[in-house]
Amino acid sequence: MSMVQLLQTKAPTAPAKPRPRVRLLPYLLSLPALLICIAILVPFVTAAVYSLQRYRLNLPYLRGFIGAGNYIDFLSDPAFWNTLRISITYTVLTVVLELLLGLAIALLLRRPTRFHNAVSIMLLLPLMTAPAIAALMWKLMTNPSFGILSYFVSLLGVSDFKWASDPSTALFTVVLVDVWVYTPFIMILLLAGLRSLPRQPFEAAALDGVPASFVFFRITLPMLAPYIITASLFRLLDSIQQFDIIYAMTQGGPGDRLMVFQVQAYLEFFQYTNVGRSAALLMILWLITNILSNIFIKNWLRLRERAHGHA
Amino acid sequence: MEHSSLAGRIFRGVALTLILIFFMFPIVWIFLMSFQTNEQILRIPPRILFEPTLANYTALISGQLHTAAGNLEISFMRNLFNSVVLSSAAVMLALVLGVPAAYAFARFKFRLGETIAFTLLSFRFAPPLLVLLPLSLYYQELGLNDTYFGIVWVYQLIALPLILWIVRGYFEDISPDIEHAYRLAGHSWREAFTRIAVPLAGPGIAAAGLLSFIFCWNNFVFALILASADKQPVTVGALAFVTASGIQYGQIAAAIVLSVTPTLLLALYAQRYLVEGLSLGAVKG
Repeated sequence: MSMVQLLQTKAPTAPAKPRPRVRLLPYLLSLPALLICIAILVPFVTAAVYSLQRYRLNLPYLRGFIGAGNYIDFLSDPAFWNTLRISITYTVLTVVLELLLGLAIALLLRRPTRFHNAVSIMLLLPLMTAPAIAALMWKLMTNPSFGILSYFVSLLGVSDFKWASDPSTALFTVVLVDVWVYTPFIMILLLAGLRSLPRQPFEAAALDGVPASFVFFRITLPMLAPYIITASLFRLLDSIQQFDIIYAMTQGGPGDRLMVFQVQAYLEFFQYTNVGRSAALLMILWLITNILSNIFIKNWLRLRERAHGHA
Repeated sequence: MEHSSLAGRIFRGVALTLILIFFMFPIVWIFLMSFQTNEQILRIPPRILFEPTLANYTALISGQLHTAAGNLEISFMRNLFNSVVLSSAAVMLALVLGVPAAYAFARFKFRLGETIAFTLLSFRFAPPLLVLLPLSLYYQELGLNDTYFGIVWVYQLIALPLILWIVRGYFEDISPDIEHAYRLAGHSWREAFTRIAVPLAGPGIAAAGLLSFIFCWNNFVFALILASADKQPVTVGALAFVTASGIQYGQIAAAIVLSVTPTLLLALYAQRYLVEGLSLGAVKG
């Protein structure tokens, strides 16, 4: 029965008044979501408290409040500065490479031909591979004794290229895996953005014979900017917290070469059972991501409103 | 605006070929490797043509690995089973809890709703370990450590925000007038919700469900911290398997293939929703 028929057969007798029950309803319906919020916020506050304590699982009797002690210790701790440096390097490298490559691919696939659509669907596959599993795939391919990539490199005359197990190439290797997994993310966001751009400015530019580079830098890029910013912030926030790829590949090694924030915090907690230090490390990471995500959320809401056409 | 010069077309063709090789090669190569014996894998130079064997898969499925060093028990099928159970249960729970909440957020403007929506969104970007590490201590006290229930519960941190934000967008796109008309015809809000709003938002709900399934399946760190061997999903199980089996490269490749096949098939099936889902509905694809 269609809506129209429905309305015709059941003529309203009286306009329905909002009953008090309805006022409670939204709260009732959002109860589960509220519970999840609590389930997030309680451990979060706990972590904040732990970060102010001397708290080691193996030495429970030493537990006590030490204020900013854990944080102050970081200032003079080369391991902390190493973590900060590696995390930032990893993030900058992955986001810049993925943005450039993702933008290039999106531009190549811009016209919605059947072939281009097929390619963009195929490129989804790395993104849908679990990052930890992706790391294992690359581990098999870069194995020094039989890895196909080690073989290719040896054909180029470079023998003894040790990929993730060599401190000088470990970062390059995990960045490569990250680029493999996440470039498609930027690509599909930018492709959706490119295809949603209005046609008129491009048609006008074509009529006037404006050079392609001018069109790209003065029309395409500025109009695409909100999409580029949203996609990069998405990646920036995930990248600075990368755990899966690095942990599955080298567990932060060789040595401390890949000790990014979350890997370091994980090892502090489970290997050195130093809960306080681990929590403080994660609080610093949270502070960084919180600043970034506030910028991100503002941007994202604006884009979302625009995509939905109305507020 | 398209380069149609010959040089331009050649350049585009070469570029696309290189891109396809880079992104597809690892998947194809591991797939081929999973049908090879260890001797074939270790051969240098590697060969594209080989006599395929199913031995790696039969070893994984039977759970018995015969090596020169003796018999090795593999529990990889158990990991696969865990992944199916954990991801499906988590998504079902998230749909039951999340769809009505998304409806409330879309239809009723109330302050608590906005606060919840934004808390969930901002924690989507918080470091997962920040929540997980204290939670693991709580779980130990509550006896939830290493239980399916406990893991399904934390998977809500992944699935619920995704469902809330995507489905909310779909509900917002449906004009409330239809529901008002239906309500005026004497139906309760619940009928309006189940007979009008949910069917109309159906594609969005399906997309959000599929995406949350993929993300739960692909998750690594939650189960790494909260589950021991017999509750671990494939992501953690595959890593443990690599450590335990050492040099059984063929089986490792087969385990990888089995781990990624479900999500890759789902992704292909749901590809038209992925753009939207991945950007939490910010870009309508």
